Amino acid sequence: MKTKRIALAVAAALGFGSGMAQAQISDNVVRIGVLTDMSGAYSDLSGAGAVTAAKMAVEDFQAKEKPGFAIEIVSADHQNKGDISSNKAREWFDRDKVDVVTELVTTSTALAVMKVAKEKNKIALISGAASTRITNEDCNDVTVHWTYDTYSVANGTAKAVVKQGGKSWFFLTADYAFGHSLEKDASDVVVANGGKVLGSVRHPFPGTDFSSFLLKAQASGAQVIGLANAGTDTTNSIKQAAEFGITPKQSLAGLLMFITDIHSLGLKTTQTMYLTEGFYWDLNDETRAWSKRFFAHAKKMPTMVQAGEYSAIMHYLKGVKATGSDDTQKVMAWMKKTPVNDFFAKNAAIRQDGRLVHDMYLMQVKKPEESKYPWDYYHVRQTIPAAEAFQPLSASKCPLVKK
Amino acid sequence: MEIFGVPLPALMGQLMLGLVSGSFYAMLSLGLAVIFGMLNIINFAHGALYMAGAFLAWMGLTYWGISYWWSLLLVPLAVGLIGVVIERTMLQWLYKLDHLYGLLLTFGLALVIEGLFRYQYGVSGLPYAIPDELSGALNLGFMFLPKYRAWIIGVSLTVCLATWFIIEKTQLGAYLRAATENPQLTQAFGINVPLMVMLTYGFGVGLAGFAGVLAAPAFQVSPLMGSNLIIVVFAVVVIGGMGSILGSILTGLGLGVIEGLTKVFYAEASSTVVFIIMAIVLLLRPAGLFGKEK
Repeated sequence: MKTKRIALAVAAALGFGSGMAQAQISDNVVRIGVLTDMSGAYSDLSGAGAVTAAKMAVEDFQAKEKPGFAIEIVSADHQNKGDISSNKAREWFDRDKVDVVTELVTTSTALAVMKVAKEKNKIALISGAASTRITNEDCNDVTVHWTYDTYSVANGTAKAVVKQGGKSWFFLTADYAFGHSLEKDASDVVVANGGKVLGSVRHPFPGTDFSSFLLKAQASGAQVIGLANAGTDTTNSIKQAAEFGITPKQSLAGLLMFITDIHSLGLKTTQTMYLTEGFYWDLNDETRAWSKRFFAHAKKMPTMVQAGEYSAIMHYLKGVKATGSDDTQKVMAWMKKTPVNDFFAKNAAIRQDGRLVHDMYLMQVKKPEESKYPWDYYHVRQTIPAAEAFQPLSASKCPLVKK
Repeated sequence: MEIFGVPLPALMGQLMLGLVSGSFYAMLSLGLAVIFGMLNIINFAHGALYMAGAFLAWMGLTYWGISYWWSLLLVPLAVGLIGVVIERTMLQWLYKLDHLYGLLLTFGLALVIEGLFRYQYGVSGLPYAIPDELSGALNLGFMFLPKYRAWIIGVSLTVCLATWFIIEKTQLGAYLRAATENPQLTQAFGINVPLMVMLTYGFGVGLAGFAGVLAAPAFQVSPLMGSNLIIVVFAVVVIGGMGSILGSILTGLGLGVIEGLTKVFYAEASSTVVFIIMAIVLLLRPAGLFGKEK
């Protein structure tokens, strides 16, 4: 009885103390917005799963850190459209007092929201979008690009495929900022490693029938057809390439693929393909433990986008607690100077350009007979160390980088 | 030999693929034209029912082991039945009202159906294997055409022409057309008009279900497959002339080919070209290429 009373007194004192510190947290509530594709081509790799990851982050943070402030999550569907996402972000910042907007799959939505965040002096934590423009010509000091980018995935996969002898390439590219960026980054890697690019064709996003574009790729005679697209566009391309007898004569390189794509196509169609991921649920005990908890909610294993979403929000919340403030500049400064250490990233750091640099993994898809249990899809062929995985700062076009 | 810098075999290949997508446009716009012609309903649920057809085929195979061939027969019946239920419970109250009400109702239905599938299965899509009899490819000299794609063209042309024949050349078709022209008078001759209208709607959406089964092995079976297609199909109907049966078949195939050619010369515009044509046609012939001015 006595211990309980003491415990209560301590808790009250702590509460009082943290209450003082929270004077700087506006209305004592931290509001996190998850703005993502809830219904379109990318909703399986981000979508509701990303909202689940965000909720897990908040629950874990509250259980472990016992913060003296409340945390709320709001989420919305940006339909992969830039105008919808910037309007929603504006509404959140102005009316709903949201402090940080997260996820933002689809490059066009991320670029749009970054500008609004800068204008309103709020934070944007990007997990799903891929273009390197986010940390280059369009970079700003309120944005962190968390999970991966076109450079890091192209770098891993294209290098591996060229080394295996795939020297001549033809690109099938989604016709918007992300696809262009992925094609450019992959082309650079191919050429730098002694390969050559024979051409490319750009298809409207999103598409269903890729046979015409695949026929062009076939006619090019390239050894490797690089798929500079994502989500259902990639899965349909792969399926139809098999139908038209393009594979296995020419091989496909999925430059941005997620575990949900492999799950959807099946190992028979995707076996032996190389791909680069920033996260795999079956890497080690820590990733397995987290992913199994995720699975219990979402009924599927997490993609790197969803794992990254958790990691980003957790780091942000720790920043708010440590600085006792939801002031954008203070929290950003803390986030940039404190390394990220969790199941997703080890000793990772946020650079001046807003890029979180962490290890990436080169995967090869298992053959059906090698897969021993559900979601057992990848061989980890190589861990690409953080220092090599991302575009070096020396090549950055971001004005924030002091050279 | 080259045409505008494109080798002839490549061009022929793309034309062939254009015919494949044209087949889908034709089958779907045909269903829409039949429904609009008879019921005056702009059926926005068409894409969702096409998607439902593909999903029913997938479910049949996965849960109950129903083969592709049986699906081709059973799924259109099932989708047709869904259509009959929709017509009896909801649509029949709207015939006397403005077109807008039917459009809004069916649009709402489409969102509900799509949402249900999306909730259950996600959007990445599910694989449906090509039946063994149709796997492999034909060597046409200028391209390898997968047998399955050739099958799509053949079957859909047959179905489209059969539909045209029934409506334009048979006794049953004559009743149908009469029921559209003047329902009261047709009823006075002892023909059960509400029954005909109900069956017409069932048949129209059954066609969409049939197209869905045909599409399942060619594309990933995904909740989004209908909404990706339906807007183009409506453009086809508008270009062909609302309610014109032959018009929608020919326009469907023709636009498929034009889209295919656009992919050769300027792939970026391939999703827009249909709408450019629509704008031009509406300017020059507001009733559509095959439509009659009222």
